[in-house]
Amino acid sequence: LVVLRGSLYPTVPDWVLNFSPLPSLSSPHRNLSAFPAAQSEHLQQKMSENGALPLRGKVLTVDTMNANVKKVDYAVRGPIVQRAVQIEKELKEGVKKPFEEVIKANIGDAHAMGQRPITFFRQVIALCTYPQLLDDNKFPEDAKNRARRILQSCGGNSIGAYTTSQGIDCVRHDVASYIQRRDGGIPSDPDNIYLTTGASDGIVTILKLLTAGEGRTRTGVMISIPQYPLYSASIAELGAVQINYYLNEEKCWSLDISELQRSLHAAREHCNPRVLCIINPGNPTGQVQSRQCIEDVIRFAAKENLFLMADEVYQDNVYAEGCEFHSFKKVLFEMGPEYSSKVELASFHSTSKCYMGECGFRGGYMEVINMDPEVKAQLTKLVSVRLCPPAPGQALMDLVVNSPQPGEPSYQTFMKERTAVLSALAEKAKLTEEILNTVPGISCNPVQGAMYSFPRITLPERAINEAKAKGQAPDMFYCMKLLEESGICLVPGSGFGQREGTYHFRMTILPPTDKLKIMLNKLKEFHQKFTQQYS
Amino acid sequence: GVAEYSVIRGRDIGDVDPNAGFNRQTGRVQYQQTVTNKVIQKGNPKTELMGTPVGDRNNWSISNYFYLQVLAACFYPALLEDDSLPLDVKQRAESLLRECDGGSIGSYTDSSGITKIKHCVSQFITRRDGGVPSSPDNIFIKSGSQTIMLKLLIHSKDSCQTGVLIPVPTYASFTLAVEEQGAAIIPYHLCEEQGWMLQVEELRKALHTGRKTCNPVALYICNPGNPTGHIQSRKSIEEVIRFAAEERLFILADEVYQSCVYGDDTEFYSYKKVLSEMGSTISSTVEMASFNSVSKGFMGECGLRGGYMELVNLDPAVKQYASRLFSTRSCPPVVGQIALDLMADPPKPGDPSYPTFSEVGVFAELPGISCQPLKAGFFVFPCLHFSLKAIKWAKKRQMEPDMLYCLCLLEETGLHVRPGCEYGQRKDSHHIRLFVATQENIMEDALQRLKTFHTRFMKEFS
Repeated sequence: LVVLRGSLYPTVPDWVLNFSPLPSLSSPHRNLSAFPAAQSEHLQQKMSENGALPLRGKVLTVDTMNANVKKVDYAVRGPIVQRAVQIEKELKEGVKKPFEEVIKANIGDAHAMGQRPITFFRQVIALCTYPQLLDDNKFPEDAKNRARRILQSCGGNSIGAYTTSQGIDCVRHDVASYIQRRDGGIPSDPDNIYLTTGASDGIVTILKLLTAGEGRTRTGVMISIPQYPLYSASIAELGAVQINYYLNEEKCWSLDISELQRSLHAAREHCNPRVLCIINPGNPTGQVQSRQCIEDVIRFAAKENLFLMADEVYQDNVYAEGCEFHSFKKVLFEMGPEYSSKVELASFHSTSKCYMGECGFRGGYMEVINMDPEVKAQLTKLVSVRLCPPAPGQALMDLVVNSPQPGEPSYQTFMKERTAVLSALAEKAKLTEEILNTVPGISCNPVQGAMYSFPRITLPERAINEAKAKGQAPDMFYCMKLLEESGICLVPGSGFGQREGTYHFRMTILPPTDKLKIMLNKLKEFHQKFTQQYS
Repeated sequence: GVAEYSVIRGRDIGDVDPNAGFNRQTGRVQYQQTVTNKVIQKGNPKTELMGTPVGDRNNWSISNYFYLQVLAACFYPALLEDDSLPLDVKQRAESLLRECDGGSIGSYTDSSGITKIKHCVSQFITRRDGGVPSSPDNIFIKSGSQTIMLKLLIHSKDSCQTGVLIPVPTYASFTLAVEEQGAAIIPYHLCEEQGWMLQVEELRKALHTGRKTCNPVALYICNPGNPTGHIQSRKSIEEVIRFAAEERLFILADEVYQSCVYGDDTEFYSYKKVLSEMGSTISSTVEMASFNSVSKGFMGECGLRGGYMELVNLDPAVKQYASRLFSTRSCPPVVGQIALDLMADPPKPGDPSYPTFSEVGVFAELPGISCQPLKAGFFVFPCLHFSLKAIKWAKKRQMEPDMLYCLCLLEETGLHVRPGCEYGQRKDSHHIRLFVATQENIMEDALQRLKTFHTRFMKEFS
């Protein structure tokens, strides 16, 4: 049974199926024959009579706007960050504070924390942007060759032109080759590759395609708790149903199939679960799933007829001994045709994380496996709405999947830079876990991968009550106090989801090592003070 | 050599990706396939495609190098130590990098864009509008589509679908974006006989019809027009604003072609400027979002995805939600933001050169084709007058006549134009859309090919 089909199983949203480029001249697109004529006009009149719609009132108000948007929350850039920005302004204006700078450990932005970009990548992009530099002998030959190749495949030899909606051809080919190499030779078809504006764009697009039905048949989306709030925000925006499955904190945030089963079973009572999202390595938890676990998840998805979304943006960020990244695609195909020909999968990658940290480029791709061809055609149409992903991001993605090889002039420097970044992150991951675990009341699981720690904090009863009285989540209350007193900006665990009665925060491991040490020690001091204050 | 037509291999606003397999219009798939095949055969003199040399640096003025140099230096700051870069390039790149966290364009920025750039954009708007104030708080930098505004406005419920008034002809991807949000499209026809003018009476008619089946909340205007090339007079804009005020409609003013205005007697008026001069009742109440981008105009840097939206009279509570929606999209691409800064604050003195546009009076000489004078934008939308014989022939092939015309034109001459059926047109009328913002010699060649083909076609079907 294919989860997502075009005409046979009308699970693709109607509006996608019904679209044709020509606006209908005789009647509106959707069939509203059941809708009584003139009701709208009558309604308007009535409402203005009753004063509910004052003639001077705005067209777009909180009541008339799209209701789903009101449910959207994105903690990573939420109220605590807004306050942090305000404090930064105050500091600039000379207001005295118990600290000199705000440390923004809330967002996975490596460059903002001082990480250097990879020289080779920036050289090639500069060459693509201003091709006169191809004559400049300060640039290595391999960079120039990459630039020429990219320019040739761009429209009109310019990185400034629109590209096809699915992404520049040669980049998609290179991405497919990269995936094939990474996955030990398992073939990847460039036609299944879509370049995206960051991974977020791809994730939201697939969710859009999958969201259909109403009431009990409304699409349910399974997502881990804790999760990266793009998922909860998109699910809310699209009006799909969020189905939570809890990761096991006691077992280093591992995934239990029994928990998946429980959550699915409960969800079937009120919605139509169709998607299973998994973030590996995890955000905010950093766990790297074992190969066995990935197999189990695939088996589960196959059995329960779920579309798998594998968010793998942190695939190079693996630190802990004994941990290894296994791509869902690779495992799927190694499980044999019983699974590899059936399970529908979309995997996502991005230029924002790993060792590149190029968040501002908004580069990414997704690979779709076993998607019904009719649905895939709809997907291709859907991505055409946003025209194309930024060309520099596409070019950067090309370099990530086609990086300098041994023997090439830039190889040595490239490897040195890449290794330096990843080993620094590994060191900081360990350091964070160690220091946090010395604080009574803070307990931190090993940071196996990604870029964050997600420690559990024990909060005194009085603090919890005071927070609740304020209408604040207790961990938000804690994080706000931390911000005001030490300038450290973290994101409270409530922004990601957590088991009832537990509290956490997410902190990035990105600041330079000495700053990280200072930050961790300040945090330790604060926690002890806080605990005492509210005991 | 002639580079590829940006419309074929790439994206131009309004064109569906030629790689899309699915299409319900007969002939369309075949057409797209032919286009793709031609692209692959590129280089064969017989099938060489007409192109717009977007990447032909040789014909760009020095000021265009400025943009490329600033962008390159932002990507690779080591260039700042280079003697070959002019001082103003270095200064601009440095000042922009200072606004980026960690001095890198690889960092995330504020969701609505870098503050300094928003200031720059608001100053640009104020200058453009002769002093009408613009606040950076109402500016949202984004990567090009109007989706977020649509998302806020469209609140379709079971009882009542939200409606959006949309011009005919219009470009396809906007229509898709509206449908994607679950809204009903209420078409209003532009008047071809009067140069594709927007007539308020037509708006009124369309709205009245629309109210019978949905709840119209927004009026979408594209000025200068795509694909029509029409530019609205000041009076027309006032009428439309008054209409929107009376009928309580939210105005979506798509003004991305504002920097391509050609006629001597034509001038672009922004909706915001006209609104501000209409008396306080209207100017302080009509709600509007205007859109502009770096994709058009002298920069033409569509792939960089830089654009902005300016909100006027938006309910502050709603604006908070808009900000939140933006935050889930993380941030607009930084390079696009930089391009926007360069567009909003170009080097002075000396204006950047616009692409030269050559006369399309040639249409007047040909039988069976007529064209409204071009005032603005990148395209013309001439009308084809097919004989009954030609229409019958198309019917037999089960294709729209203009689609078939374009297919034959492409096969025989390598000239790629888009058929009017993609944009919407009155029943039984047929058009083609021709890209004209290109170099003179290319334009001459294209028109020659069209002329030759068209003459033969008309003769054959007389």
